[in-house]
Amino acid sequence: MDVVTNVGERGEPFEQPASFAFDAESEAELAKIIAKYPVGRQASAVIPALYVVQRQMKRQTGSAWVPVKGMDAVAAKLGMAPIRVYEVCTFYFMFNTKPVGKYHLQVCTTTPCWLRGSDEVTEACRKETGIQGWGETSADGMFTMTEVECLGACVNAPILQVDDDFYEDMDAQKVQDLLAALRRGERPKPGSMAGRQASAPAGGPTTLTTLRFAPEK
Amino acid sequence: MPKVTIDGIEVDAPAGSTILQAAELAGIEIPRFCYHERLSIAGNCRMCLVEVEKAPPKPIASCGYPIAEGMVVHTNSKMVRNARRGVMEFLLINHPLDCPICDQGGECDLQDQALGYGMDHSRYAENKRAVPDKNLGPLVKTVMNRCIHCTRCIRFITEVAGVPDLGATNRGEHMEVGTYVEKALGSELSGNIIDLCPVGALTSKPYAFVARPWELSKTDSIDALDAVGANIRIDARGNEVLRILPRINDDVNEEWLGDKSRFSLDGLKRRRLDRPWVRQNGKLREASWAEAFDAIAAKLKSLPGDRIGAVAGDLCDAESMMALKDLLASFGSQNFDCRQDGAKIDTSRRDFYLFNTTIAGIEEADAILIVGSNPRREAPVLNARIRKVWSANATPVAVIGADTNLTYPVTDLGPAPTALSSLFDGSHAFARILEDAKRPMIIIGQGALARPDGTSILAAAWRLAAKFGALTPDWHGFNVLHTAAARVGALDLGFLPGPEGKAFESLVGGGVDFLWLLGADEFDTMAIPANTFVVYQGHHGDAGAHRADVILPGAAYTEKSGTYVNTEGRVQRGFSALYPPGDAREDWRILRAFSDVAGKRLPYDTIEALRARLEKVNPIFATLSHLPRFGCSDQSGPVGDPNVLSYKPLVSPMQSYYQTDPISRASPTMAACVAAHTQPALAAE
Amino acid sequence: MLADKDRIFTNLYGLHDPFLSGARARGDWDNTKALLERGRDAIIQEMKDSGLRGRGGAGFPTGLKWSFMPKQSDRPCYLVVNADESEPGTCKDRDIIRHDPHKLIEGCLVAGFAMGACAAFIYIRGEFYNESRVLQAAIDEAYEAGLIGRNACGSGYDFDVVLHRGAGAYICGEETALIESLEGKKGMPRMKPPFPAGVGLYGCPSTVNNVESIAVSPTILRRGAAWFTSLGRQNNTGQKVFCISGHVNKPCNVEEELGIPLKELIEKYAGGVRGGWDNLLAVIPGGSSVPLIPKSVCDEVLMDFDSLRAVRSGLGTAAVIVMDKSTDLIKAIARLSKFYMHESCGQCTPCREGTGWMWRVMTRMVEGRAEPSEIDTLEQVTRQVEGHTICALGDAAAWPIQGLIRHFRPVMEERIAAYKARGTAQPRLAAE
Repeated sequence: MDVVTNVGERGEPFEQPASFAFDAESEAELAKIIAKYPVGRQASAVIPALYVVQRQMKRQTGSAWVPVKGMDAVAAKLGMAPIRVYEVCTFYFMFNTKPVGKYHLQVCTTTPCWLRGSDEVTEACRKETGIQGWGETSADGMFTMTEVECLGACVNAPILQVDDDFYEDMDAQKVQDLLAALRRGERPKPGSMAGRQASAPAGGPTTLTTLRFAPEK
Repeated sequence: MPKVTIDGIEVDAPAGSTILQAAELAGIEIPRFCYHERLSIAGNCRMCLVEVEKAPPKPIASCGYPIAEGMVVHTNSKMVRNARRGVMEFLLINHPLDCPICDQGGECDLQDQALGYGMDHSRYAENKRAVPDKNLGPLVKTVMNRCIHCTRCIRFITEVAGVPDLGATNRGEHMEVGTYVEKALGSELSGNIIDLCPVGALTSKPYAFVARPWELSKTDSIDALDAVGANIRIDARGNEVLRILPRINDDVNEEWLGDKSRFSLDGLKRRRLDRPWVRQNGKLREASWAEAFDAIAAKLKSLPGDRIGAVAGDLCDAESMMALKDLLASFGSQNFDCRQDGAKIDTSRRDFYLFNTTIAGIEEADAILIVGSNPRREAPVLNARIRKVWSANATPVAVIGADTNLTYPVTDLGPAPTALSSLFDGSHAFARILEDAKRPMIIIGQGALARPDGTSILAAAWRLAAKFGALTPDWHGFNVLHTAAARVGALDLGFLPGPEGKAFESLVGGGVDFLWLLGADEFDTMAIPANTFVVYQGHHGDAGAHRADVILPGAAYTEKSGTYVNTEGRVQRGFSALYPPGDAREDWRILRAFSDVAGKRLPYDTIEALRARLEKVNPIFATLSHLPRFGCSDQSGPVGDPNVLSYKPLVSPMQSYYQTDPISRASPTMAACVAAHTQPALAAE
Repeated sequence: MLADKDRIFTNLYGLHDPFLSGARARGDWDNTKALLERGRDAIIQEMKDSGLRGRGGAGFPTGLKWSFMPKQSDRPCYLVVNADESEPGTCKDRDIIRHDPHKLIEGCLVAGFAMGACAAFIYIRGEFYNESRVLQAAIDEAYEAGLIGRNACGSGYDFDVVLHRGAGAYICGEETALIESLEGKKGMPRMKPPFPAGVGLYGCPSTVNNVESIAVSPTILRRGAAWFTSLGRQNNTGQKVFCISGHVNKPCNVEEELGIPLKELIEKYAGGVRGGWDNLLAVIPGGSSVPLIPKSVCDEVLMDFDSLRAVRSGLGTAAVIVMDKSTDLIKAIARLSKFYMHESCGQCTPCREGTGWMWRVMTRMVEGRAEPSEIDTLEQVTRQVEGHTICALGDAAAWPIQGLIRHFRPVMEERIAAYKARGTAQPRLAAE
């Protein structure tokens, strides 16, 4: 496959594939997605379609990102001008326009997480992966570390999002354990790492304790 | 109409107007950067904030806020001034202080507004943003640090030009205007974004660091590089054209100009004929005017009138064609033609060869059929009107001819003229659309006329127009789209074979012994038989000059006052912005001077007298700039058998947009455009 | 204190089955047909009578908003549900979506019916991937059970529910940016007017509501406006999910009555401020956009729209961010400034340029590397952003800084003085 070499934000080179074609799995997903929107409004499917590209790249290359040719394929599929897809793909933060590692560590550092120790989580991630700066990928290609804004799970702060999963109530030790598990190829169950029941206070719910629901007939 | 009060002035504005528009009616100008009356409303610059009484206690963007009855607006209150000062400060914090080296200097909206709303110092102590420049091809230079993100360029390229290459990628303060993937802009109208850019982010690449606006002498003129007759302003310094800009004329070009018309000007300095030449012993040598005239006169006097002929080219002004015709007619010649492409035109009625609907009238059309034309290449500004009506009303457009991207969707009726029959007999579905249309339009291009069956196609198109109600007393939907600025004027003044005269094919095929080429370069001049004595009068050393026995150096359209009739039949006049180079002269003066030498003195000593002669030949030349709208009063059609249609595909006469005449062929900028659009590295995908 | 029987989100913590059988056991989808049979006008009137104010932050009366939709329309009408929960501090909709999705779906049907919509589009933030899978599964089973889709709940009304994931842009929580995003464009807010009720999604009449506003509506209709108004305070009726994060002993979400004292909320449900109430420095009471309030205000203030407005803050999304005395408040607010800079769409000048300016100055303020006069400059910059932008993100970026300056100016001045006292011998580069 021909490649075009691009340069990332920090000058590091990466290769843009010279072509991209949806595979059968992606085509099937796209058909379902496009059908969700009114006729003639298929541009609505641009974000889901870019997810499809990103997932296919993950399947095919192990790295979840959207190359330019993938954006072009979305534009062609949805009848959009390519520049409109480029705009969308670069506007939304969850699309990676350059390759990422096998695991995408997304550390929330916004104030609620920061108040609960996101600095510690960040430091632990750095220590475990050897990554120095945001947006960088570890030398072994296992991890990319990204600073993200509020993930919307603030009562379970701090949050470390790995790919699509939220790991909550984190601290340095839990980061160490989690990354070790990931390296072993395990995928620990997402949610509170402190053993809390979702957003209930530590030690168990103090409300909704008096209700009993009749099982559905 | 709602009545609103703006700064104490009561004004009735049409319902649906914005505050900004109503203020303009009241004579109050509200500062703006992003707002442009020919683009969609973005509302992003926030410079046009005003205060509205009994509205939320914050300023309102006047560009997008609709007026309501009784609204009271203040455009100069304390709140408003504070808000605008704030916006100006924000615009400037990341704007470089590079005005001294900025080509926008002196005509920069940001500079102008900073005078009114800027501070005398910057409170911004941080580093300014650095934005990489973009390569948009050979025409538009970018200095993206200066961009204020008004998005006018994006909206123009997307909405008006219809070639959506530009966008704003990334977000927030990292938002960048550009193409994302490096490519030359694909639109033939791309230069207009330079005019639209309110700052120096987009400037003219060929004009970079050339001049300051106040150094330039400005001359109103008419573009001669296509048949639209765009109104232009020629900016010159000394004896050099430095810049060509569009002038506003809502009936013709609105405020747009095609890239070829804007950027070919460097071709005006190259390959110029700046002295007479005479062929001696098979080789051209420099000569004096007297030598050249003597050589021509000697040849001319030896021949009978029917062995003398002339062909007028595509860039000629009406005055010089009139003078040439009068001159050679005095030698008894009837052998004139202006149709270098051999177009089959019935000149018996003017509406057989005009764009009768008018350019502005396109906006009223509700169905359009294009036959043998690629208006995007042949007349990009006119094409923008078609796109405009399509954008507004989703007007159906069908094309008989090559299947190309015209910037709006079309129904492809195939390449062959026979499609006209299938519309006439109703067998194609588009016939129904034409049938139902109240104001259908047929546009027939030179690609349909400049071929052996041109008369049949013309007749068939007319018959179709008549059938579908395009020819009514208040709507003339039959249109010929010309490509040459000179053509309609030449037809109007009768630069055509007389009753016994020979037409183009014969003139260049040995039918005459003496052939005067007035700027005629668009045919294979080397095929003219060797025993034909050829005079080439023109401004560039192009095809005609190569074959000439005598060369008379004339003036380019920027160097003479001349009358042009555009494809609509609109008579317009350009003025000379500078002198022709060297010994070259205005063409009518050359002819007038020669007539003395030849002993056939032309009866006009001034251009006014020559114009009086033109008006006498055809009163239409007295209707300067004014074009009455007219319907069709006579449905009888042009000569030709509408039933003899061929399967031979229609092809646009213009296979490339950028190099179509001696000026654009001499232009390095146009050559760079061709390269940019053919080189794989920069080619659009 | 709100009794459990008056709580709407009875599976807030996900202790029970979120799916249909569990939802039905909790009373969802209980004769929804009868709710619809009351008719559009009656439903809207009941919602108006309940006094429900939008739970997404602005607090606009929900019933009134629904009534803006045209009674007759030749174009389709849409309900758009804003599940782009991204306001720092806020994580209530997440719980509704993952633990009580059927309350939302039933709410879509009821609200959509009341406004004559043919479909609801639920725009969920992209990061809520697992939550979106739960919601999609719930939507699928609701279709399967005939609760939505053709002849929804046997009502004769056809109603679709479409789940749409965003992809990481806070601005899409702004209703017109959300619509743009849903149409496949960048999430850049539109100018208003026209308002979505006239020209919304796909140019059609649309109403954008927060998840919580929609999800509470079936219960309000079932139990009646009188019940709802019996909770909370006048003009601030009903209950609300509060999110208590930051320096508390037990951060959590909890559903309580509007008007509950802030101190009670923190002490009763969140285990109190770390180190005790007297260790409290300040609270951001309604999500990151609202100005913080110092402890002195926290002592007494009630948690509802009007009470918090009276102390120049706001209820916002009822996301309470607690900061104890160990907090570097300047840094806490500077981080919010970074958030707004990162999330500014870049469309309009004051926000695009102002958010970056504010963050850069705030970054220096954290160090103290500034002149005291720059506090005034910073304040003026926030005023130049506020109210001058297309959408409210500019205001949201300005208010936290204004709150900081209003209440903690001496802290900023001390920081500057301390920096100066250390001498200028240590030149430092501007951060980033």
